[in-house]
Amino acid sequence: MIPSILNPRSSFNTAWLDKLQGALQGEHFVKVTTGLSRHLLIPLIAIAVFLGVWAAAASKIDTSLGTFPGPAKVWEQTVQLNKEHRAEREKESAFYERQHARNAERMKTDPGYEPKIRSYTGKPTFFDQIVTSLVTVATGFLIASLIAIPVGIVCGMSATLYQALNPLIQIFKPVSPLAWLPLVTMVVSAVYVSDDPFFAKSFLTSAITVTLCCLWPTIINTTVGVSSVDKDLLNVSRVLRLGWFTKTMKIILPSATPMMFTGLRLSLGIGWMVLIAAEMLAQNPGLGKFVWDEFQNGSSDSLARIMVAVLAIGFIGFLLDRGMLMLQRRVTWDRNAVLR
Amino acid sequence: MKQRNNIIRRTGLALLAGGLMLGGSTVLNSAVAKEYPEKEELKFGFIKLTDMAPLAIAYEKGYFEDEGLYVTLEAQANWKVLLDRVIDGELDGAHMLAGQPLGATIGFGTQAHIITAFSMDLNGNAITVSNAVWEEMKPHVPKGADGKPVHPIKADYLKPVVDKYKKEGKPFKMGMVFPVSTHNYELRYWLAAGGIHPGYYAPAKGDTSGTIKADALLSVTPPPQMPATMEAGTIYGYCVGEPWNQQAVFKGIGVPVITDYEIWKDNPEKVFGVSKAWADKYPITHKKVVKALIRAARWLDENNNANRPEAVKILAKPQYVGADYEVIANSMTGTFEYEKGDKRAVPDFNVFFRYNATYPYYSDAIWYLTQMRRWGQIAERKPDSWYMDIAKKVYRPDIYAAAANELVAEGKMEAGEFPAFDKLDGFRAPQTHFIDGITYDGHQPNSYLKKFKIGLKGKEQI
Repeated sequence: MIPSILNPRSSFNTAWLDKLQGALQGEHFVKVTTGLSRHLLIPLIAIAVFLGVWAAAASKIDTSLGTFPGPAKVWEQTVQLNKEHRAEREKESAFYERQHARNAERMKTDPGYEPKIRSYTGKPTFFDQIVTSLVTVATGFLIASLIAIPVGIVCGMSATLYQALNPLIQIFKPVSPLAWLPLVTMVVSAVYVSDDPFFAKSFLTSAITVTLCCLWPTIINTTVGVSSVDKDLLNVSRVLRLGWFTKTMKIILPSATPMMFTGLRLSLGIGWMVLIAAEMLAQNPGLGKFVWDEFQNGSSDSLARIMVAVLAIGFIGFLLDRGMLMLQRRVTWDRNAVLR
Repeated sequence: MKQRNNIIRRTGLALLAGGLMLGGSTVLNSAVAKEYPEKEELKFGFIKLTDMAPLAIAYEKGYFEDEGLYVTLEAQANWKVLLDRVIDGELDGAHMLAGQPLGATIGFGTQAHIITAFSMDLNGNAITVSNAVWEEMKPHVPKGADGKPVHPIKADYLKPVVDKYKKEGKPFKMGMVFPVSTHNYELRYWLAAGGIHPGYYAPAKGDTSGTIKADALLSVTPPPQMPATMEAGTIYGYCVGEPWNQQAVFKGIGVPVITDYEIWKDNPEKVFGVSKAWADKYPITHKKVVKALIRAARWLDENNNANRPEAVKILAKPQYVGADYEVIANSMTGTFEYEKGDKRAVPDFNVFFRYNATYPYYSDAIWYLTQMRRWGQIAERKPDSWYMDIAKKVYRPDIYAAAANELVAEGKMEAGEFPAFDKLDGFRAPQTHFIDGITYDGHQPNSYLKKFKIGLKGKEQI
């Protein structure tokens, strides 16, 4: 897929592109129809082998924070994190109760007071951090898609515009979003000034950083998808004298959907990876901050807790990708197309 | 999503409360004219060090809430970020190095008027060297009858090692946490007392690295990263607060050679700093914060440190210091492990309340100013009156006294637990417990500076 970026024209209607895309998306998995055993058994065996190798290798690696955590220790910390989460929730409800009591008391002596309920001041738990990260990546991704899809469509339809934008896209695409991070941080703190901000600055910084790196794969793939619409279909539209809008909606968009979704899935995957790094670097709330904090703590449980986060990040990334795939299945016009 | 929930919750409750208010307005004015904070939701920053304990305790024990304050505590990446965030208002206040409010106010580094009304603790730092340096240093260190090194270990024994590095053309590098940190001045004090020049600053010429004429090159590393940086070989030793010295012992990567208690007995360490603008805008809130912190500090030292194990348990939580219980407990419960297995009693390693530890003495401020002058951070000679003026601008015992008096009036504490405020001029009696035996009298900063062999004095300039 990547080479097509360099010159979309050379890749019009090329079968190798589809093939490559297929391979990337794990076509062979779906095609395997020889029964449940292969579907379930093989992955299970692979996971068991992985756990075995991990456990064996982990016990050999000695760090200054103790031996590298094996599966057992990581599981133990998963349970521990869950326990901490529940304890924190209990503390939270006690906090609100105390606050109500205090407000009621103050109302007695200070009738002019307008009671306010302040949100909980305790620490965010591991699961809170996951939610924060998900909301952030969703926001960034959504903004990026809203920009990238129209831009991609227009670029795909107009060769002139494509020529105009292509150099910019090519220059900004390879920039690591982490290089943007300091700039985004400074701009957000300078521009987003309000007394009672609806969004936290750190949230905006992370979301915008995600946006900046989610743009490019979607733009490029949408462009390719739109510009490689089957010539026959375009001829049909010409014969039927379809208007510009109808042509776009009925012919171009449906044909370009698979490529567009490839771009979106790539974007989301990159966005998720970048978000974790941005959170680590900028100390913005989320899973990345969780990892960084644990690294800083340097307790004997830290490595296991980081490992829990690593697995959680991977698992969530996987679920996000599957989610996009399901979405693609719902919106695609060709029900018989094999989606990977 | 959480935010939206809160908004829904908030509006719901506001409606409910409005109803309550209408219903309750008949029983008004039941006498007590209680003060309420101008700002109830506060965010305080801290660095992962055991001496942030008063903040954690005031939160966990509900002392902040007792004052009607809803405080969020947030760990910061390093001292510079922390200071910047206090200056631009993202943080309402923070656990600061004693030198930070002074440095910021006189404009060394970032310029901003920061004040403090609460000193957070005494002592609590140590100097650690890597295993390799310790092996080279050890033959020079005198041993006691039990074969263990005699303490305090002076920098005189490090000097041959530094000289050897110098002869080989290798720079001898050590870490400290911030240019105006206690650690920087303590490390410099210790090195200079042993004849090792730690280098001058020359801010007027744009030199803020502090390595002019240096035998040992000192550089900045954030506290939690200190052990890892030494393990990586970037520095050969460091001066930092706990638990990062004990961490080196536990990880087996270095040996703490001296605690700051031995360099200067009962030296003031961290303060609670806020910006002057913030303090002017929210005077009642500020006083209430100090009240909560005083109670927390007392809790930490109560009954001869009886609460320390519980405090260690709180600090070991990942949101506070987060190191292992054993590592934090080592120093917090009155002992200190030097070489592995060489655990000695240092009952006053961390002092939070005893010896009027929380009172912001002008003499403490002036000591830091003298060290800034000694190492060139203050480029030229200043009269004694200047030192006094700056100390008065930054240290605010008046706010402390107001908070303490309120605690006494509320029956939460007794007057005997505080110094007699009306008889106090803000200076400790001349202090003698320095490793080089020099006496410090805060009234005469310039003549104090003259007593040092290494260091700027009088009209000297770099």
